[in-house]
Formats: sequence, C-alpha cells, structure tokens
Amino acid sequence: MDDLVDTKRRRFLTQVTATAWAVGGVFTAVPLIRSMTPSARAKAAGAPVAVDISALETGQMLTEEWRGKPVWIIRRSQQMLDELAKLEDVLADPDSERSEQPGYAKNTHRSREPEILVLVGVCTHLGCSPVQNFAIGPASGLGDDWPGGFFCPCHASKFDLAGRVYKNVPAPTNLVVPPYKFLNETVILVGEDDGGVA
Amino acid sequence: MIRVLNWVDERFPVRKMWAEHLAEYYAPKNFNFWYFFGSLAILMLVIQIITGVFLTMHYKPSSEHAFASVEYIMRDVPWGWLVRYAHSTGASAFFVVIYLHMFRALLYGSHRAPRELVWLLGCVMYVLLMAEAFMGYLLPWGNMSYWGAQVIISLFTAIPWIGDALAEWLRGDFVVSDATLNRFFAFHVALIPLVLTLLVIVHILALHSVGSNNPDGIEIKKNKDERGHPKDGIPFHPYYSVKDLVGVVVFLIIFLGIVFFAPEFFGLFLEKDNFQPANILQTPPDIVPLWYFTPFYSILRAVTYPLFGMDAKFWGVVCMGLAIALFFVLPWLDRSPVKSIRYRGWMYKTALTLFVISFVVLGFLGMKNPQKVDLFWFPNLVWAQIFFFVYFAFFLLMPWYTKWDKTKPEPERVNFK
Repeated sequence: MDDLVDTKRRRFLTQVTATAWAVGGVFTAVPLIRSMTPSARAKAAGAPVAVDISALETGQMLTEEWRGKPVWIIRRSQQMLDELAKLEDVLADPDSERSEQPGYAKNTHRSREPEILVLVGVCTHLGCSPVQNFAIGPASGLGDDWPGGFFCPCHASKFDLAGRVYKNVPAPTNLVVPPYKFLNETVILVGEDDGGVA
Repeated sequence: MIRVLNWVDERFPVRKMWAEHLAEYYAPKNFNFWYFFGSLAILMLVIQIITGVFLTMHYKPSSEHAFASVEYIMRDVPWGWLVRYAHSTGASAFFVVIYLHMFRALLYGSHRAPRELVWLLGCVMYVLLMAEAFMGYLLPWGNMSYWGAQVIISLFTAIPWIGDALAEWLRGDFVVSDATLNRFFAFHVALIPLVLTLLVIVHILALHSVGSNNPDGIEIKKNKDERGHPKDGIPFHPYYSVKDLVGVVVFLIIFLGIVFFAPEFFGLFLEKDNFQPANILQTPPDIVPLWYFTPFYSILRAVTYPLFGMDAKFWGVVCMGLAIALFFVLPWLDRSPVKSIRYRGWMYKTALTLFVISFVVLGFLGMKNPQKVDLFWFPNLVWAQIFFFVYFAFFLLMPWYTKWDKTKPEPERVNFK
C-alpha cells in the first residue's frame, strides 16, 4: 500500500503548482514589459514650439523640431493653391476623410490660413521624412505633370502641396497636420490650439 | 595530464562528448565546397562576439555620445579601427556565409526529413541574426542608423489596432531616441548573442542526432558496417576538422583582405550617410538598408495597391513577413521523392535558379530608387513587382512542381562528383 502513488493527488498538486507559477510569471512580466514603455521624462518632453515665420518667403519652407519630429511650415503662392483643386482625381484621400488633422485643417488647403501650411514632416507609411520637391514638371524629375509637392525617398510616396497623398503609393493617408494656432501675424505655436495642448 | 583528464572525466563526460561530436561523429565522406559554411558561420559568430566585446569597452550607448565614441574608436583607440572594421565587415561576412549555408540546404535537400528541426532552428537563428544586425546598425547613431530604425520600427504600426502602441513600446518613446538606442544596445550585446549561441549548440546537437546530409541527399545510416558505423561515413575529427581549417584559412584571407583594404566595400557594408550623425529633421536622400535586407525591402516596396479594405502599407509588411516566414515551412512544401538536386528534374532546377535570380535582383533593386531605371525598359519598381511573383512562386508552387518533376533514381551509396 505504501509504494502506491496517489496519482489523483499528484496530478492536482502538479496543476496547482503550475498554475501558481504561471500567475507568478505573468505578474513578473508586467513590470519588465512596462519598464519598456515611454518614461515619465519622455512623456514630459512634448511642449509646444513657437515658430517665427516673418522671414518665410512665398514658395519657401522652414523646418522646426517638435516632439523629436520635423514640422514643416510652407508659405504657398496663389498659383500653388490654385493647383490643389485640380488634383482630386490623382489623390487617394483628397477630402482628408481618413487622415489625421484638426477640424480647421480639414479642407482642400488643409490649413487655417490658405497660404500657410503646417505639417508633421513624417511619412504616414514608415516614418521617413519626405523631401520637398517644389519644381514643376520635368525639372522635378517626377514626371511632366508633377505640380510640386513632397516625395518620400524611402518608398516613393508622393504628396501634394497640402500634404495629401497620391494614389498607388505605399503611404495610406495624408501627412498629419499638427494642432497649431497663430499667436500673432508672424508667430505660430505648434502643438497647441484653442482646444488645448495636443 | 591523463590523470587530470581522468579526474575531470569522472565528474563530467569530456571523453564521451569528444567522441560523440568529433572523433566518432560519422559524417558522409562526400562533403564538398558547400559544406564549409556551417563551420564558417561559427567562426563568424566567434569573431563578432570577440570584436564586439572589445568595442563595448569604448563605445557609449547614448544618443549624445554614441556617434563620437565610434569615431573615437576609429581614430584614437589603438587598433580600434581594426576591431570596428572587423565587426562591421564581419556583419556582412556573416550574412554571406549564412546565405550560402542556406543555399546549400536548398541544393541538397538538407532541410527535409529527418532534418526539419535542424532547419527550423536555423530559420529562428536567421531571424535573430537579422534582429541582431538591425539593432547593431542603430548603435553608431549615424543618420542612416537613425532613419533605418525609424522605418523598421514603423513596420509594426501596420499591425491593426495594437500597431501604434507596439511601436511605442519598442521605441520606449514617441520617436526613435536615446531610450531606443539604449535598449537596442542591451539586446544587441547581451540577450540576442546569448540566445544565438545557445541555439547554435541546439542546432548542432539536433544535427548530430539525425546525422549530416550530403550532396547525394541519401541517408548514410542505411548502410552500416559490422561495427555499426555508416560505411560511407568518416569521423568528423580529424577528417573534417582539418578540411574546415583549410576553409577557415581561405575564408580569412578573403575576409581580412576586405577588412584591410575595402572595409566599407563601396558603400555596401557601411553606407556613406552613416558617417554623419543622426539628424532627426532630415532623412538621407537615398535611404536603404544594408544589402542583406534589401531583397525583403524590395518586397515591402513592391506592394503599392490596397486590397480587401486594408491599405498597401499593411500588405507590404505582410508580404515582407511572409517572404521570411515561408522559409520555415519549406521542408513541408517540398514533395519530391529525392532530396539532392543531382537527382531532381528540370522543374526544381529551373525553380531554384529563378529563385536565386529573384533574390539577387530584388536585393539589387532594394538599393535603388524605385522610380528610376537601373535595369532596362521598366522602372525599378516594375521589375521588383515582377520578381516579387517569381520569389513567391518558388515557395507557393513548390508542392506541385516538386511532385510533377521527373526525378532520377537515387544511388545506393554516396559518390564523389
């Protein structure tokens, strides 16, 4: 009788022990996995940036850093703005239905003031920073009908002068418009609008 | 000496292990050129670990100091340039060796039963090696390092629902930053090399348990002599240990030749954009990963159409993942009654040739601007899309063409060619 194994008891103990280990394992994993999420310091480093655009000429672009990302500010000419309306057929999301922007930028020119465009300069495909190519036609190297815009060197996504993405390129949505507001005629605050800090 | 050995042997099976894996491990006698690359892969792992340890003595894993500390190693540390170039060129050499090692399996059917597990372990190591190389490439904190990491981590954002949170978790920040660099350093120097080394051991144990394949793709264990040794087998040591040493010498001549005289290898092993520090405001004009990733990068870029309500980005990432994942199921896709290419028919030979061509061409296109014309007639993107189908056809049609293929009868015993 003594050498008989109580298999039922043994199985029960094995299962209980295994369960206790599994639960302990999950609880141990939580702090380790959580330790890899953005730290308090990384979260705090996201203050809005004020940009002076008084020196920005028509047809030019300047780049600022906001939250470790490039932000572009472009002063568009009337000719550039006129082109935007003609592009609907070749764009994937001309009305910005699926794209990320504040309500005041959900229009053809994707901005508060038609001529001033503010964009996060990060491709919605895989996060490269597209390059500006404002040359028109053959001079751009992007085809005879290129009206000027942005070209992503990584995977060849194309965007127009409102950051709207072309059809049949890998990027799924238009470039992101960050929240921003005009502090006065020539200073833009990127990262904050009347709705609060982004 | 013998007494010391005896003392140890009573406490740890030194002699048994020596016999089992070296002196009495019977390997087929007809190994050829393609069988150098297993031992060379181990050599590369050792070179990378040793040079890596010495680099760690001077390198600083912080976004502020990383770039300068690498330049410090290159300019001020005595012989630092050699250690660094051996490590950076070593990464490329490692992949050359691994790709040839994998090609050998496709030639002679080394991945097929009973060696599926050896192959699976190899595939896991291949993926880990890619992770190791990718993370190592961020460490110099050059501009290509930075944007390469940015792109590869962004691949995860294509995963529905959890993608963004996952990418943020991997980066430890909202963009690639100091936190990312620091954790990549931890993975690159500690976790992945440790796991890789363990898997190499398991890979070899699994191989020695089933026995090595050979260029004829037949099982030498079927023909044993009266002592129970395979008639077509010879002890690994000294026969193959010596053979492999010759391979090591020839390999080191080539490898060190490149380290000494062309360590950047014309921008293929170290890209010129990586000689400027990371600039978070500007992506390099021609962003490409290093050559060993470019076939998969081409596949990623080749997908430009949305499908089934998911965008092109999602499908690009899926196809790229699939291009790697299909290697894992290769042993089960192959239905041929023979293993070695010597006894297969024209279908597999053609398929394998096309696959190698597609891998090389996709690799070439991955380094080029998709819009330009570097081959002929069509832009690079169109060629990538054509070879995309060739690449996947090799895997996905394999169950049929290997079954229909007209094979030759396998010989009873191995032979030399």
